[in-house]
Amino acid sequence: MLTVILKRLLVAIPSLIGVVIVTFLLTRALPGDPAAYFAGPAATKEAIQEIRVKLGLDKSLPQQFVRYVRDLAHGDLGQSLTTGQPVVTEIRNRLPASAELTLLGLIVSVAIALPLGIFAATKPNSWIDHTCRIVTTAGVSLPVFFTGLILVYVFYYLLGWAPAPLGRIDVFFSPPPSVTGFYLIDSLIAGDLSTFRAALSQIFLPALTLGIFSLAPIARMTRASMLAVLASDFVRTARASGLTTFTVVVTYAFRNAMLPVITTLGMVFSFLLGANVLVEKVFAWPGIGSYAVEALISSDFAPVQGFVLTMAIMYVLLNLLIDLLYGVIDPRVRLEA
Amino acid sequence: MSITDAPHISNAPPALPLLDIKNLTVEFSTRRGIVQAVKNINVEVAKGETLAIVGESGSGKSVTSFAVMRILDRAGRIAEGSVMFSGIDVRAADDDQMRDLRGREMSMIFQNPRAALNPIRKVGVQIEDVLRQHAQVDSSALTDKAIEILDQVRIARPRERYHAYPFELSGGMCQRVVIALALACKPQLLIADEPTTGLDVTTQKTVMDLVTELTRQQGMSTILITHDLGLAAVYCDRVVVMEKGHVVETALSSTIFKAPSHPYTRKLMRATPRPGVTLRDLLPEDSAEAKKAPATVKSGNGHAAPAVATTPLLVIEKLVKEYPRQGMTTSLSKLFRRGPAPEPEIFRAVDGISFTVNRGESVGLVGESGCGKSTTSTMVMRLIDKSDGLIQFDGEDIGAIPAKQFATLPLRKRIQMVFQDPTDSLNPRYTAARAIADPILRLGDISGRNAIRARCEELALQVGLPVEFLDRFPHQLSGGQKARVGIARAIALHPDLIILDEPTAALDVSVQAVVLNLLQDLKDTLGMSYLFVSHDLNVVRLLCDRVIVMKQGKIVEQGPTERVLFAPEAQYTRDLLDAIPHPTV
Repeated sequence: MLTVILKRLLVAIPSLIGVVIVTFLLTRALPGDPAAYFAGPAATKEAIQEIRVKLGLDKSLPQQFVRYVRDLAHGDLGQSLTTGQPVVTEIRNRLPASAELTLLGLIVSVAIALPLGIFAATKPNSWIDHTCRIVTTAGVSLPVFFTGLILVYVFYYLLGWAPAPLGRIDVFFSPPPSVTGFYLIDSLIAGDLSTFRAALSQIFLPALTLGIFSLAPIARMTRASMLAVLASDFVRTARASGLTTFTVVVTYAFRNAMLPVITTLGMVFSFLLGANVLVEKVFAWPGIGSYAVEALISSDFAPVQGFVLTMAIMYVLLNLLIDLLYGVIDPRVRLEA
Repeated sequence: MSITDAPHISNAPPALPLLDIKNLTVEFSTRRGIVQAVKNINVEVAKGETLAIVGESGSGKSVTSFAVMRILDRAGRIAEGSVMFSGIDVRAADDDQMRDLRGREMSMIFQNPRAALNPIRKVGVQIEDVLRQHAQVDSSALTDKAIEILDQVRIARPRERYHAYPFELSGGMCQRVVIALALACKPQLLIADEPTTGLDVTTQKTVMDLVTELTRQQGMSTILITHDLGLAAVYCDRVVVMEKGHVVETALSSTIFKAPSHPYTRKLMRATPRPGVTLRDLLPEDSAEAKKAPATVKSGNGHAAPAVATTPLLVIEKLVKEYPRQGMTTSLSKLFRRGPAPEPEIFRAVDGISFTVNRGESVGLVGESGCGKSTTSTMVMRLIDKSDGLIQFDGEDIGAIPAKQFATLPLRKRIQMVFQDPTDSLNPRYTAARAIADPILRLGDISGRNAIRARCEELALQVGLPVEFLDRFPHQLSGGQKARVGIARAIALHPDLIILDEPTAALDVSVQAVVLNLLQDLKDTLGMSYLFVSHDLNVVRLLCDRVIVMKQGKIVEQGPTERVLFAPEAQYTRDLLDAIPHPTV
């Protein structure tokens, strides 16, 4: 098991090197001169030049690259020019916020999508199958910012059940002492239930928004995969052996149907982690996606590079996790590894 | 069968049959409306009796058994009639009652045992699932009981195999596990649905002997569903013959083969390859004469059969194919997987075999699965490279040409193949005409739409495929028609050698009879040579001049068909022959 993990990580190294090179070149190819941008509109040529030297932009590309890699080796992703903060610190603060939101969103989505998909597959063309179809179609067709705004309008403005969509925690509460970076978990570790409730009420609506959006691929995949497995010979054997419907559907069919569902889950997760900028914007969520987009708009190299690299590492780790999960579920995969 | 095993049905009067199917009609709702798969049939099974239901595909034999177990799929339903099992009305029983019946009172063995088992659950645990469901033993003894049952179906080292997954076991072993599942709760009725299709003859024999022994021991009734008349005759007391949803004949197995009364039964009997008959005998009585004259096609290219049958066309010498062995478990699929082996252990799929095929000759290559016959034919076909040895075709050393390169050479035209599965070997998006034209387009010298179309029509006539079927897609053709398309495609380029890889294994006997005759006629008119790969010795006997028997990559015996099959020298050949069930005619 351990050797498999190590081998997989080694295989990932070339792709990470590729990511480093490509992001470096891409950010250099972006239009706009960061030095001019930061010097401000009233700056003189000399002032711009001074900033350019300070940023190392006067050097040749290879020299810049060597410097970048050397810093990277020291765990230094550079400094953001807009906020003045080291990129590492910013990412460390913002990644848990995004991850917590995405994870909870996925949990919500899985909690709805899996049962929906399973029931739809066991009773094709029944009312639940049609419900599944409508819900999934609606889920993907509604843009997340729209769902988000509707939820805010209904639950905050009209009903007043939810707090104002202003970040991870109400201003009157202080964040729990950081252990995992996830407020929900940290507040529980600290035993602070009122903070937990405050954090939960803040995260609930954005997570629901994400959940509704990511429901469709998971429910569809579950349904399709379950349909295929339910039609297979071994399910017929299980039925002919008189096993209960529950055993047949859950123990026999669902476990076999899970592989493609897990693949979809992994893809949805890694997609959402970086792409839920709109949700972060609507709910003023201090996540990594909005950070990257702001940096991109202001031609701020370092955060963009740091963001892409972080996402690449996350992706590698996530895929590894998924592959290991395959092995847990399917003994045939275990053998091949 | 002790009463304690079945407490809730003990008050059934003993005079009644165990299973009584009366006027059963089963309907399926399809896109084209309602289809009756089983029409008004009556079948009885007495306690302890072994009954065979025989018929070709689409006869409704499996549907009948699914109706008895009430495991028809969603589209199917019992439309009329009744199924009484031990005094219980199966049609009226509620789901809970049915669940108790299934697995405990009646159970089923399926075709394709590997697919019938949950691929990601240990086989022992699957047996435990059934035992637990029917509360056969208390939970502490479950594992021991499961191991005991594995032992009963003669699985060696049952304690170890308890932890095996289906993919780690051979086909025969998987079928034993399926039998173990079915017999775990000692049911009164066992339905075996084509339990040995896809298994080797020797495995078939051991599996069938095992089923017979276990059911007899426990006094069970058995329904054997099969297309194989020989199997039905050897293992069953009575035979029910079904055709297109109807029961056409019911009789004792001892009499039905001596005096089949219904024309369909006679047709089935005739079509079954067996010792002492010729190819023509397989065809229905009325059409035998019509077929005798080879297809009257004035093919300008049909070279006359060469008189000299002694010039070797294909010479194989000391042919070897090695594969890296992976780990301890060696399933067939893994043998063919490429990639570096973790350990440099070598497995010889083909181990130094030598033989020749003469011009105009038909040579049979027989053996059980894993014996290397398919590897050999694929190497001769030049689809994979040999590890060592010589493949000489018409004086040319084709073994030296890499397989990748061979596909582009003119020589490719001269060696063609007919594949095992007529359905899977056709592109589902190509019409029959397009499939037949495929080799012509790639390698042929005919060009122009009309010329190619004309050639396709000519080929269709030659293989007896109605020309109007040329524009159909594979799913619109029957199995026999698809087989004809495959054959037409293979002969499209006037090859000298055709490799037939079990071309009739997936066909019903009556269709097989026609296809085998067609192959014989084509060989006579076109003067080709055949390398006929098969596990069915009876088929080989009919079509081949010489036979090569392979075992574990080696040739154990070769010679003229008559000599090898009637006076075999090798013990292995004798074992193979003995394992074939024959109806006592």
